[in-house]
Amino acid sequence: MSDNAIFRAEGLSKTYPGVKANDDISFTVKAGDIHALLGENGAGKSTLVKTIYGLVRPDEGRMWVAGQPHAPTSPSAARAAGVGMVFQHFSLFDAMTVAENIALGLDNPPPRRELSARIATLSEEYGLPLKPNRRIADLSAGERQRVEIIRALLGNPRLLIMDEPTSVLTPQEAEILFATLGKLAAQGTSILYISHKLEEIRAHCDRATILRGGRVIDDLDPRAHSARALAALMVGTEMRLVDRSGRKPGATLLEVRNLSLAPQSVEGTALKSVSLQVRAGEVLVIGGVAGNGQEELLSALSGEIASPPGTVFLEGLDLSRQGPQPRRAAGLLSAPEDRLGHAAVPGFSLTDNALLTAVVRKDLAPGGMIRHRAARDFTRQVIAQFDVRTPGPETAASALSGGNLQKFVIGREVLQAPRVLVVNQPTWGVDAGAAAAIRQALLNLAAAGAGVIVISQDLDELLELGDRFSALNEGRLSAPRDTEGLTLDEIGLLLGGAHGMEAAHVAA
Amino acid sequence: MWRLETRSEASLAWQIATPVLAVIATMLTGALLFGLMGYDPVAAIRTIFWDPLFGASAGYSRPQLLVKAGPLILIACGLAVGFRAGIWNIGAEGQYIMGGIAGAAVALAAYPAEGWWIFPAMVVAGAFGGWVWGMIPAVLRNWFGASEILVSLMLVYVAQKIAAWMAFGPMRNPEGFGMPGSRNLGQYPSAANPEMFPGTGIHWGVIAAAFAVFGVWVLMSRHIRGLQIRAAGEAPRAARFAGVAPAALVSFCLGLSGALAGMAGLFEAAGPAGQITDGFGSGYGFTAIIVAFLGRLHPVGIVLAGLLMALTYIGGDIAQLMLQMPAATVQVFQGMLLFYLLGFDLLTRYRIRRRVTA
Repeated sequence: MSDNAIFRAEGLSKTYPGVKANDDISFTVKAGDIHALLGENGAGKSTLVKTIYGLVRPDEGRMWVAGQPHAPTSPSAARAAGVGMVFQHFSLFDAMTVAENIALGLDNPPPRRELSARIATLSEEYGLPLKPNRRIADLSAGERQRVEIIRALLGNPRLLIMDEPTSVLTPQEAEILFATLGKLAAQGTSILYISHKLEEIRAHCDRATILRGGRVIDDLDPRAHSARALAALMVGTEMRLVDRSGRKPGATLLEVRNLSLAPQSVEGTALKSVSLQVRAGEVLVIGGVAGNGQEELLSALSGEIASPPGTVFLEGLDLSRQGPQPRRAAGLLSAPEDRLGHAAVPGFSLTDNALLTAVVRKDLAPGGMIRHRAARDFTRQVIAQFDVRTPGPETAASALSGGNLQKFVIGREVLQAPRVLVVNQPTWGVDAGAAAAIRQALLNLAAAGAGVIVISQDLDELLELGDRFSALNEGRLSAPRDTEGLTLDEIGLLLGGAHGMEAAHVAA
Repeated sequence: MWRLETRSEASLAWQIATPVLAVIATMLTGALLFGLMGYDPVAAIRTIFWDPLFGASAGYSRPQLLVKAGPLILIACGLAVGFRAGIWNIGAEGQYIMGGIAGAAVALAAYPAEGWWIFPAMVVAGAFGGWVWGMIPAVLRNWFGASEILVSLMLVYVAQKIAAWMAFGPMRNPEGFGMPGSRNLGQYPSAANPEMFPGTGIHWGVIAAAFAVFGVWVLMSRHIRGLQIRAAGEAPRAARFAGVAPAALVSFCLGLSGALAGMAGLFEAAGPAGQITDGFGSGYGFTAIIVAFLGRLHPVGIVLAGLLMALTYIGGDIAQLMLQMPAATVQVFQGMLLFYLLGFDLLTRYRIRRRVTA
């Protein structure tokens, strides 16, 4: 064992009924390294990091942290041994504030005032703008993730596991985060970094362990390999590229004119005279950091928030005062960012969830009485066409993995043949294969003559999908620009760069 | 060390088993309690749970089962719809009283005229009285964000005061020799709600309860509105996304449960109670909350739970009479039942595991 290894695993195996999640995994993370863990969903990354973090006990194999045998029986034991983790899925209480949530996650929380001060310091230092006294319920997904990151950093870990931390950050913010990680690494804290973003890994990681089918496929220096080569190792074949062909813009379908909305809550964002047009066969992409009006814009288009008359038109029809169901009847469909609790009811079966939004367009309840057989058939169709991995249409939504549920949510709307579909963060937290399938489905929808609006923070995604690009910043929507020839840096400037940082300074 | 582990899906077997377990635990605890108080525990339990159905005086007490279960089931059906939506109407007792008063008011205004229309008009008035009392918390919640739990509960006491005022004032029987209480509607043929088939205890309220059970089952299991109501209870944002307007849902649920409770009050005022007195509210509105939860907020479960609670009422009365047990016995039983039900409910969503200490 080399003397500067912070973490070492040898022969880790874990078998679940029917699947070998981890198969004889051995690797080493050196002190001060940013070490990437690469692999598609189902490659065994989650099981592996859960093992390190004390959530899963391996069937075989041993681990060491800083030379000491590491066999944690719980996350608090793992934290005591110096392992911290930032999860991809948040474990935060909606009704409590940022500071309260962080205190809950610490084994020995300091007094509230001191904690708030430390949060403010850390958030500024690491470029993660955050107000300690805000309630989680009012935060966007991006802001919630910042809470998780700060919570882990407060534990002063020697090995910090990060599960796709940059998926909701702008390039500039991601750069600041990487500067932070670099700082941490220089102080000797090792980072175990899980991501699908190959360019990011090539730019910032010292080492990469590639997993496929539960086994270690390779252990290499990512800077010495092309993104394409890494992807091929990860997927086993060459990466699929989306097909953008076959689309030509037609008549204007959706028009929003000077839409202004007051904030829906104290922490909400106001929409300030937002105007946009979407034509048939076109994908309009809207970029911006979460919390700049993304959720509000989606709610105003879905009909959850009614808007002043004369602001939202679909094919000339004024839908401004209409609720979600009349808008669906007219052909304006949407898929919100939060899969569980907003797009779908966690405890409901997939069939019941399909009924909730597809009842009008698929005529699943004529006269109010539910046609269960028709609803199940429609659900099966979504499952089959969108490759949703589930035992069947009667499975609860909460039992599906994030990616599978997202495929279901998008499929449910796409198969209703919308005139215009609005989606917010369609591939957030979704593995590469599922993300590609979702993006392709959105492009196919546009190719078939529908208008599509994609709201996202993933700039690669926006450039891959979009014909025209607008930035949503503090509730204002910039004039659209053709995505052809737009560079990442230009977009970053459109988005206001590290705009969120100013908010943090004001708060501190 | 024991610990709780979340189940990925609520266990159906436990959902059915917990009410049964709660009843058994209540019986055991009750027996223990009675033993400590110096009664013969076996005799006490038999008196409460067995004698009303099969004992010496079962001929009298058996019809009482439906008489008592009718209003409980009718009220609980309405409450269950709201509870599924996460709208907590705790004031069915007040809506029941106001329904009884409103329905009786129609009869007393029409007295002594006879006509087929009088009883239907009383039913409509009863439902309307309960609906109004239910809509007060709905409007206050929609307009000012007031908690419907507190407002509906406090309105119970207002309704009780109104009932007392009515019994001593405007509704007092002019031929009642100054005694408080309205005319006896049982002696007013057009307004009476008598036992329809001798020896069964079935009156119009029981028929209405049967319709309510069927109606709520159709609504919650077959109708898109029921699906949206359940969605609102589980995930309000998802329900909103599916087109449920929160304010409309609050009005619907409180209005419906108020109207059904009001009808139950009218049937009681025109039938078993016969008149509006200062003590007209007899606790059905509160007991119905237990019935709704004991019945798992499902119509079929509510029927079974309503019958069981009716049994504790009747058995408690017999125990008072035969064994000189305190009047609070019934309340203690009902309280224990709810306590155990909520306690055992843990098992439907969690499983208990023994922690393996390494």
